[in-house]
Amino acid sequence: MSEHELDARRMLCPMPVIKVQDAIKDLHSGDILNVVCSDPGAIYDVPAWSRVHGHQVLLAEVRDEEVHIQIKVEAS
Amino acid sequence: MQRKAISLISGGLDSMLATKAIMDQGVHVEGINFFTGFCVEGHTHAIRKKDQNKPRRNNALWVAEQLGIKMHIVDVIEEYKDVLLNPKHGYGSNMNPCLDCKGFMVRKAYEWIQEHGFDFIITGEVVGQRPMSQRRDTMPVIQRESGAGDLLVRPLSAQNLPETLPEREGWISREGLYGFSGRGRKPQIALAAEYGFVDYAQPAGGCCFLTDKAYSDKLVDMWQHRSDRDYELDDIMMLKVGRHIRPRPHFKLIVAREEGEAKFMEGYRRQFRNLHAISHTGPLVLIDGEATDDDLELVARICARFGQGKEAEQVEVQINEIDGSSQTLKVEPIHPDDFPEEWYV
Ligand code: SF4
Repeated sequence: MSEHELDARRMLCPMPVIKVQDAIKDLHSGDILNVVCSDPGAIYDVPAWSRVHGHQVLLAEVRDEEVHIQIKVEAS
Repeated sequence: MQRKAISLISGGLDSMLATKAIMDQGVHVEGINFFTGFCVEGHTHAIRKKDQNKPRRNNALWVAEQLGIKMHIVDVIEEYKDVLLNPKHGYGSNMNPCLDCKGFMVRKAYEWIQEHGFDFIITGEVVGQRPMSQRRDTMPVIQRESGAGDLLVRPLSAQNLPETLPEREGWISREGLYGFSGRGRKPQIALAAEYGFVDYAQPAGGCCFLTDKAYSDKLVDMWQHRSDRDYELDDIMMLKVGRHIRPRPHFKLIVAREEGEAKFMEGYRRQFRNLHAISHTGPLVLIDGEATDDDLELVARICARFGQGKEAEQVEVQINEIDGSSQTLKVEPIHPDDFPEEWYV
């Protein structure tokens, strides 16, 4: 189990979702991915993508005008 | 053995219905959505304040959640350039190369099923629905040029089209598919009610900005004033924001129309020379192109015109260079008589 960071600032949706998808491809079940985005739409799209792929969204919040999302990768 | 299909999901009702029709026949379906850079999703909501009470969701992901299927979003920005720049079948009423675009997307889906061990492809196309890509004579073109052939199933119009391989092989039954045709939406709306779908997106015109006249005009203007037609994602994003004003052939100005756009444009201050009034409130203006020092007074006068100092005798404007240095100019806002309508792109 390991923790990973993804900086998806200055990208507009759906680019943050695409980056999350690419990052998770290389991760394993139980790994954690922390994502930071500046597009406010990411707070909807990244969790929605995670849900349909069966990954767990541990956190999704806006802090200092940035979207922070924490995803726990599940085997799919 | 359970068969597997990939469905091209745009986020509209038709692809949602087509997917459901195949899922109901016991097929495992996953969704795929191609991001060309011109898609209407997401960005627009992120940029413009006035759009912020529209649903902020990505419609393709929303459809996937409703259907309970996985959704793959694929970045095709680079490959799509050739589709847009050199469409074999030309453009629709604006800069939309719909027939080549559909062929390209089905081809990408065909490559995807080969890589992932899926059996066939679904689209929500309906015969006669769209003037370019969904005509009886052009639908076979998509099948042929994509390479997908009879692995491409259009569940909503299947009964009006030749039998496909999944039907012949008995993976799906033709009776469980539909025979919709034409531009009317009644059968789709009735089927949506039957499936219990509410609150689905009803995209007007098309799935991307290329069907939009104002957007296409800006794209053509950009190409006309550059030495080549290649573009980057940032270029096509910038065409979605602000008023675009071209007072001289060698540069144009992008003027933020409201706070949301200004915030988005702020992120480009290190890529574009930019200016804003400092003696009065006014919008951020980016200079795209090679404005010379001789042009700066004109640029400043236009900038002053869009702020609260538009009636003032003099407005002080700060011009910022990409390297962070800046200068200020005191100018008289340009008079409307000196600002021809044709400058608007
Ligand atoms: S509307 Fe845009 S995305 Fe849809 S088929 Fe036409 S060119 Fe392609």
